[in-house]
Amino acid sequence: MQAPVELSISPRLAKNIRRNVKERVIEVILMLAALVAVATTFAIVGVLLYESLSFFKTVSIVEFLTGTEWTPLFEDAHYGILPLVSGTLTTSAIALAVAVPIGTISAIFLSEFASHKTREIIKPILELLVGVPTVVFGYFALFFVTPLLQALYPDLSTFNMLGAGIVMGIMIIPYIASLSEDAMRAVPMSMREGSYAMGATRFQTAIKVVTPAAISGIVAAYILAISRAVGETMVVAIAAGQQPNLTFNPLESAATITAYIVQVAMGDLPHGSVGYQSIFAAGLVLMLLTLSFNIIGHWVRKRYREAY
Amino acid sequence: MEHRASVIENLGEVRAMIKRHKRNDLLFAGLGLLCLMLGLVTLMLLFWQLIADGYPKFTLDFLTEFPSRHASRAGLLSAWTGSLLVMTVTFVTAVPIGVAAGLYLEEYAPKNWFTDLIEINVSNLAGVPSIIYGLLALGLFVYMLGFGQSILTAGLTLALLILPIVIVSTREAIRAIPVSIREAAYGVGATKWQVVYDHVFKYSYGGILTGVIIGMSRALGETAPIITIGALTFIAFLPPAPITAEPPFLNFEWLSSGFTVMPIQMFNWLSRPDHAFHINAAATGALIIVVTLLMNGAAIWMRYKIRKNIKW
Repeated sequence: MQAPVELSISPRLAKNIRRNVKERVIEVILMLAALVAVATTFAIVGVLLYESLSFFKTVSIVEFLTGTEWTPLFEDAHYGILPLVSGTLTTSAIALAVAVPIGTISAIFLSEFASHKTREIIKPILELLVGVPTVVFGYFALFFVTPLLQALYPDLSTFNMLGAGIVMGIMIIPYIASLSEDAMRAVPMSMREGSYAMGATRFQTAIKVVTPAAISGIVAAYILAISRAVGETMVVAIAAGQQPNLTFNPLESAATITAYIVQVAMGDLPHGSVGYQSIFAAGLVLMLLTLSFNIIGHWVRKRYREAY
Repeated sequence: MEHRASVIENLGEVRAMIKRHKRNDLLFAGLGLLCLMLGLVTLMLLFWQLIADGYPKFTLDFLTEFPSRHASRAGLLSAWTGSLLVMTVTFVTAVPIGVAAGLYLEEYAPKNWFTDLIEINVSNLAGVPSIIYGLLALGLFVYMLGFGQSILTAGLTLALLILPIVIVSTREAIRAIPVSIREAAYGVGATKWQVVYDHVFKYSYGGILTGVIIGMSRALGETAPIITIGALTFIAFLPPAPITAEPPFLNFEWLSSGFTVMPIQMFNWLSRPDHAFHINAAATGALIIVVTLLMNGAAIWMRYKIRKNIKW
């Protein structure tokens, strides 16, 4: 009498086991997919460190960090990263000088002054503009902004940091405006209402209540914008010039870290040469620069967030 | 009575103050509108400039000719086919991996340090400059794995680049699905995967697609990483056709073929001294912008529609 009972259970058990195994397998596959992100980070750090270490076998770290000449492709090679860093910082500073005021004021206007309808129209346009490919902005810098600037300063060279920086700034405006506006919208309505009830005007409410309350989000937007400007490649490669130049004068032409990497990649340096390794060392510096800005951004957002 | 008199005396001052404040309000609103318009109008100007400059090349020949030393005969054929093939590789790799990772993080991942590690990684990767991905690909795909400067390398590079975008949008789409849907499915005896695939994934389809489109449009316009892996800029041939007449009908030789893409072709034309090539560059830029704006526009429109049509 017992045998048939066992037989009737075991197919169900077998089905259950099959089902559980299938569930486990799927979970492991999904986890492996998530691990690709971790693997990418490790691969980036690994590749940059591996090639940079070979680079630092030929070039001393002290020379790399303090040298004022960057000429890896010349017969008389010098490997001082400072000229590339100065180019990167100058173009980024110009970009921020353009983007921060315009972006912030636009965000305050959109969030506090514009009607619902205007916001519904402008917000998607801003999101749309964030997606415009950067190579196109290079064209704009070289053939539109620089000629315009040359009309003002006739002895400006065709390749200069000012034009590239301004265009980079224009490029970043939608980014800052969109992110800051998000931060301001997140401030609860009751705070504005409280302010209006005290007799404050829109302007006073916007500047003295909403902006301070959203400041962590706004500053985080600035910092992400800095990291974007520092890592931006095509605009500076096209319009700022390719000659490493230790200067903070925006009217001169100078290469950035990213422009140097592009310049080397366009030529054909043999794999394993010091010149080839130098782009990884430059990339490592770039990575550390943007990483520190990103970390500061996250920290600011966490530390100064006003929770309501 | 004295007190009252002082209030009335001050009334003039108060009114002046209110007037001043209202004027400030208006002034600032004007300044804000000006700033916003300054940004938008400059960008519109840029697009107009591109279209006006590139106008002479808006012909069918431009799309069916190979690059050439003569600007007037040069065309985009190898560039747009290259873009299409690279995007295919990117799509096929980034979408399954990104969606799977999003499903895992949102539905399966336990709350522990390991999950935190993955999440920190994803948000960090989104902030890594694109050229760094190019260096990764140069070191890893081109030399260590020996893929060479091929369509496969470029497609995988861009896939890694847009992976955070796909993961984040997948997670956002999934988060919008209410718990009650999952509980109902579990209640009738579904397994975890049945819940996740048949309900959570299928209902968040639109949101995921939005992220995928935005990611793909980013991949289409990305220039720096592809230059870094050493894509050639002068390609006067087409990769082997992916589809063949005889069995097995699919041919994967194109994966290892050399290539160029539209942004690189534009960069190449831009860097030439001859002005005639700049017209080609402008036309290419206009084409890239139109395609990316259409893709992004479709995605934003879809997201808007989805937000409006939520039925739960």
